[in-house]
Amino acid sequence: MNAIELTHLDIAYGPTRVVHDVSLAIAEGESFALVGESGSGKSTILKAIAGLAPDWTGEISVLGSPRAHRPDRGFAKSCQMVFQDPYGSLHPRKTVDDCLAEPLAVHGLKGRDGRVKAVLAAVGLDQRFRFRYPHQLSGGQRQRVAIARALMLEPRILLLDEPTSALDVSVQAEILNLLKKLRREQGLTYLLVTHNLPVVSFLCDRLAVMRHGRIVEVAHVEALKRGALAEPYSRELYAASGGTLQPA
Amino acid sequence: MTGPLLSIKNLTVTFPTPKGPVDVVRGISFSLGRERLGIVGESGSGKSMTGRSILKLIRPPGRVTADEMVFDGIDLMAESERRMRALRGARISMVMQDPKFSLNPVMTVGEQIGEALQTHRPMPRRQLRARVLEMLHAVRINEPDRVADLYPHEVSGGMGQRVMIAMMLIPEPDLLIADEPTSALDVSVQAQVLDIIDELVTGKGMGLILISHDLNMVARYCDRILVMNGGEIVEECAARDLDKARHPYTRGLLAAMPRMDEDREELPVLDRTAWAAT
Repeated sequence: MNAIELTHLDIAYGPTRVVHDVSLAIAEGESFALVGESGSGKSTILKAIAGLAPDWTGEISVLGSPRAHRPDRGFAKSCQMVFQDPYGSLHPRKTVDDCLAEPLAVHGLKGRDGRVKAVLAAVGLDQRFRFRYPHQLSGGQRQRVAIARALMLEPRILLLDEPTSALDVSVQAEILNLLKKLRREQGLTYLLVTHNLPVVSFLCDRLAVMRHGRIVEVAHVEALKRGALAEPYSRELYAASGGTLQPA
Repeated sequence: MTGPLLSIKNLTVTFPTPKGPVDVVRGISFSLGRERLGIVGESGSGKSMTGRSILKLIRPPGRVTADEMVFDGIDLMAESERRMRALRGARISMVMQDPKFSLNPVMTVGEQIGEALQTHRPMPRRQLRARVLEMLHAVRINEPDRVADLYPHEVSGGMGQRVMIAMMLIPEPDLLIADEPTSALDVSVQAQVLDIIDELVTGKGMGLILISHDLNMVARYCDRILVMNGGEIVEECAARDLDKARHPYTRGLLAAMPRMDEDREELPVLDRTAWAAT
């Protein structure tokens, strides 16, 4: 069974169609990356899967069951999203504890205390952070909270929208290590959106290169590591970020 | 050219906090000719504060002190606010991090770029418009005529940043301070924007201070690099010698970056206690 399957997916914002005829199958336990420049529609695909861009046609199926256009509780339990900006994605007037417990309240789950403690430990945050507000945390700590929030319902799939692009290099390394560890421990499936190819190389098994709302190429990460991407546009993208990798 | 374009000695920036004053920049000194200097460091290393203090953009309660801060023979520390205003934009300009927050949302792109020039060099409207379009063209915006009439929210991030660059370069300053000019943009556009900055800066023989947290990017576009940590310059080296960097902080930063052909199971994380001065 595939974790995420997209079939002939078109997504529109009002009259503008931003994603055209995308078909993808992501296996369970796989870590898959969508790369491309801004406006290529990569984040929009995540939003559509998460239910935040409801104007789509085609088919989205998650863990074998088709996704409806409406918000879907069962879906939320299996698939959660982590957003790019840890400064914007946490409620400024709720403590970490409130933020983490909210999914539990929504889904009527018990054992708040234990679960919050466990998830904080899983993302490597000390318990003393539990009753702090987001503004009392650093960017890396906030992103850990955002990941913890996504993990609260014990989903099997995480949608990661540029999870490290707002962070410093050394903090990025910590978060990437954390994501890798969580995937190993919990057997999660990742669908990662990024424009940072080295991050893909570190964290993912396969990638799809997107441009103007279409998938240009789907490749194995080995092809990326060898610099053997097939399509001219992918190679261009590779050169643009590959160049930055070699100190002049 | 006689002497450096900019010379700074013992620059300190202090902010008061409830726990007493905190030095965010601690007595740094450097000089800059008509070259490209990169300042690298993580959040809170004081790199942006250094850039801002050159333009005297640090407002009270923040305090800037320096033994010397001379730009092209002008003692910046002694300049009045009025004289600084004449200097900012015209001689030294600054590209900020995020075009979303640094462009005026209720003015069209063309008006803003025009205003940057008009402030320092009044000229007839028709000529101004021509200069604006020419500048938009120089930052590789197709259809400058159409883009000039757009509002900032109607342009993409990359285009917004190019608009910023156009705005900052149109008065033809001698020194451009670019504070994380591309961190809000994606890779393909990043390279484009930096190429544009590079081309315009080298073409006009300006000085450039590129402030960034991205070591490799800075290494690629600058001649010389200063690495900052905790308000101090911990390492200074030529860009091409970056891989020979000695300081553990610089080495840590280099190692923490994932590579394109990543085969490490885990990325090394900076051990912040290793070199902490205090």
